[in-house]
Amino acid sequence: MCGGVVHDTNSKRKHREDGSELKKYIIKRLALGIASIFVVATLTFFLMNLVPGGPFVAEKSISKAAQEALEAKYGLDKPLLERYTTYMSDFVKGDMGFSLRQRGRTVSDIIFSKFPVSAGLAGIAVVLALLLGIPLGCISAYNRGKFADNFIIVLATCGIAIPSFISSVLLLYTFGSRLNILPTVGLNTLSSYIMPVTALAIYPTAYITRLMRSSLLDVMGQDYIRTSKAKGVSSFKTLFKHALRNAILPVVTYVGPMLAGLMTGSFVVEKIFTIPGLGREFVSSITNRDYTMIMGTTIVLATLIITANVIVDILYKIIDPRIKLK
Amino acid sequence: MKEKLLEIKDEYLSFFTPAGEVKALNGVSFSMEEGEVLGIVGESGSGKSVTAYSLMGLTAYPGKLVSGTIRFNGHQVETMTEKEFRKMRGNEVSIIFQDPMTSLNPVYTIGNQIREVILLHTDKTKKEAQERAKELLELVGINEPEKRLKQYPHELSGGMRQRVMIAIALACEPKLLIADEPTTALDVTIQAQILELMQELREKLGMSIIMITHDLGVVASMCEKIAVMYAGHIIEYGTADEIFYSPKHEYTKGLIRSIPKLDTEEDERLVPIEGQPVDLLNPPKGCPFAPRCASCMKICLDQMPPKTELSDTHYSHCWLLQKDQFEEGGRGL
Amino acid sequence: MSNKFPSLQLKEEDFLPASAEEKQSLVIMRKSVNFWADGMRRLRKNKIAIVSLFFIIMIIIFAYVLPSFWPYSYEQQIKYSENLAPFEYGRMEQELIDAGESVFPHICGTDKLGRDFAVRLMMGTRISLSVGLVCAALVLLVGATYGAIAGFAGGWTDNIMMRITDILYTIPDILLIIILSMALKPALESLAARPGFGWMQKMGPNLIAIFLVFVLLYWVGMARITRSQVLILKESEYVTAARALGASGGRIVKKHLLTNCIGTLIVTTTLQIPSAIFTESYLSFLGLGVAAPMPSLGSLATDAVKGMNTYPHLLILPAVMISVIILVFNLFGDGLRDAFDPKLKN
Repeated sequence: MCGGVVHDTNSKRKHREDGSELKKYIIKRLALGIASIFVVATLTFFLMNLVPGGPFVAEKSISKAAQEALEAKYGLDKPLLERYTTYMSDFVKGDMGFSLRQRGRTVSDIIFSKFPVSAGLAGIAVVLALLLGIPLGCISAYNRGKFADNFIIVLATCGIAIPSFISSVLLLYTFGSRLNILPTVGLNTLSSYIMPVTALAIYPTAYITRLMRSSLLDVMGQDYIRTSKAKGVSSFKTLFKHALRNAILPVVTYVGPMLAGLMTGSFVVEKIFTIPGLGREFVSSITNRDYTMIMGTTIVLATLIITANVIVDILYKIIDPRIKLK
Repeated sequence: MKEKLLEIKDEYLSFFTPAGEVKALNGVSFSMEEGEVLGIVGESGSGKSVTAYSLMGLTAYPGKLVSGTIRFNGHQVETMTEKEFRKMRGNEVSIIFQDPMTSLNPVYTIGNQIREVILLHTDKTKKEAQERAKELLELVGINEPEKRLKQYPHELSGGMRQRVMIAIALACEPKLLIADEPTTALDVTIQAQILELMQELREKLGMSIIMITHDLGVVASMCEKIAVMYAGHIIEYGTADEIFYSPKHEYTKGLIRSIPKLDTEEDERLVPIEGQPVDLLNPPKGCPFAPRCASCMKICLDQMPPKTELSDTHYSHCWLLQKDQFEEGGRGL
Repeated sequence: MSNKFPSLQLKEEDFLPASAEEKQSLVIMRKSVNFWADGMRRLRKNKIAIVSLFFIIMIIIFAYVLPSFWPYSYEQQIKYSENLAPFEYGRMEQELIDAGESVFPHICGTDKLGRDFAVRLMMGTRISLSVGLVCAALVLLVGATYGAIAGFAGGWTDNIMMRITDILYTIPDILLIIILSMALKPALESLAARPGFGWMQKMGPNLIAIFLVFVLLYWVGMARITRSQVLILKESEYVTAARALGASGGRIVKKHLLTNCIGTLIVTTTLQIPSAIFTESYLSFLGLGVAAPMPSLGSLATDAVKGMNTYPHLLILPAVMISVIILVFNLFGDGLRDAFDPKLKN
């Protein structure tokens, strides 16, 4: 027999541990996520109450008696810790209280009516960023050093340097005011989506392009790419079959932070283009000192982002066969 | 006379990097018959790997073959196009690399990676390729081949991965197998197994092997002929016996002296070779080994020594050998 | 083979042994393996990085040096010269010119209070840059200390410290930044009113809030990087102990790793600067930035949005300035990283 038959006892052991390793990771990750949401809620609550005087002090139009009545109504006269536990237990049940400024409407009402708008915008921006960024990054890496590569790098570097509020404003000015070809307010027509989505998508597209490019270049320098060439595989197939599969993994991990970034961008973009989304709601509730709204929106937004990150992290572990064994 | 499998004549190859022209190969010539096992020995930067890569066309940009000819298996390699190279790679000549851990793609199964080379160069169907892959795994001594085919590289040990690499290399029954430091990254015990495997396979399949290594021990067991390289030159060439029992070049002597032997006395010191390797961006004009040579003469610093033929199979490039002949009145060969 | 010696003209002396000096002269020493020299050499070759550095220097001169030579101050309100376009003159200024006096032109026009916009741009850049630099320095201080302690301590201390950073890392920072800014402002204002804290009044409690907030949320990244570098350093000790080659190899490895570690920290800090500038201008845009009359580029841009159609230059100039600063610092930081991170180069 050739060289003796080799039994690989090590790999047998590793295989058995596979599933449980993954489970352990999922539990750990979920726990971390829940802890984070909890911390956000707590921090926000106590920070809100750091502001001296409470939400009704600034209102000049009410008398002291009326102020005290309002405070009693909203439970603001009770001690801090009690208010905290009440709030948290209510929150878990889905009750986030009434908006302090928009009389009669509950916080959850407002949040869930505005959310789809923002989600829609963000969703389109994500798809755009992925559809543009990944191919651009590939083209750039494949043509390393040549004109196409340099051109794309320059574009991408500018893209990540320009903050979304700057690009929104410049877009608004150029296409909205000066050239007057695109609508500047609201989301009523299809064309009114163009500018806000573009403003939102510039940074993630540029980032993904650069990420894809550097990841691909990294992968192309790996030994297994050399093996592929030594087998006689064509450059093209080496790129698409061997390199891409490996190179796309960092892009997957970026999805989490990308969503957070889109949220950041949405605050500004919705304000500038007057879009009735959750971001704009959040910003105006800050300006208005609508504390219940601030609380509710912050926690909901944080929960969304944290959940998305947890899902992406877990997905990534499932996709990459190597990581299973860590 | 039957045509040689491989014939390299006066190969000069350089890498044109931003830092300058790195002269990797400076006039390399040798040949191989079918079924021969050649060992190429040298330190890092000696050009041993580059020689082998150049015959597979793997030294493209920024590498360039400056001059010389390479004839392999009837092909005139220095004139081949990329397309022709692709047909040849993995098919007529295969290579296994040093680090099996990084040489296999982590996101594809073993089966997939073996099938790939089979499907690329033969007309087999996917199913036939799968069968062949299984055969190959058995050939290289891996147990439970069906199970292994579905596994990923990280699930295998280092020794097994190298066996898989060998399986991939042998899949299309190449005339020549190039092994670039195949055992350097493995444990000593596994090293022995892999070398034994290669020996058996060679006897079974009758293929030629070029064994590239810096480890003389590896070379001693397997190779019939040995080429010792330094700074892109072959400074000595001979049969295994000639190299080990009557080395003529100071560098070769130094290499052999520096091997620790089992019967070395406890207080005997290991004898390393002094000095630094050559800077290939600015190679000196004389013998490249001169600055490190204990017997260096004035002429050594000035001119590259010509070839001195010591026997039918043994030659070296050294002025010391020329000195004898000069003193005898330049009697020549 | 034919006669090998025809043109060589060998003499007997040629076969004499060579002296040590003769051998030495031919040993071409490789350029020094000094980490900094190597890195600086690579950096100098990087054209983009050099151009960026040039721009950075220009910007610094623009922000810190030029205002001293400028005939206008950023607070100075010139009556009847409100909302001038670039190079336009106000009514009173025109009268002065007609009278034969020379009036320095408003290169960038004036804002709605008649303040020369060029110098406000300079001051804005100064504020934004200073904020960026201070924030980056603070993050380095706090983060690196935390990370180093965690890394060196190891064991349970390390574990707990890292769990805390993990939680903080998953929290979406912008939300907390906004809320913190909002909450800190009144707290700091009341603090500023107390004796001994008068200097805070001048800087603006908002600015201090920004410093605090930025540091509180970005130190985590710096801590992680520092800790991993420290761990690498620690591991190298075991590696060298395991080596049978002796001390010299180990010393070089450690020295190299330490300088590499510092290099990484420098690069990370440099890349924090544009991030801080972005955050400040973003907060300004939402109304949480520095207090008036101190201009920051962000607040200048924000103020100009409403009048965008009539006075576009008031918006475009600070907007472009912000983008250029962020771009240029990013490019230079990238260049630094390429030059000093040996892993990335062949």
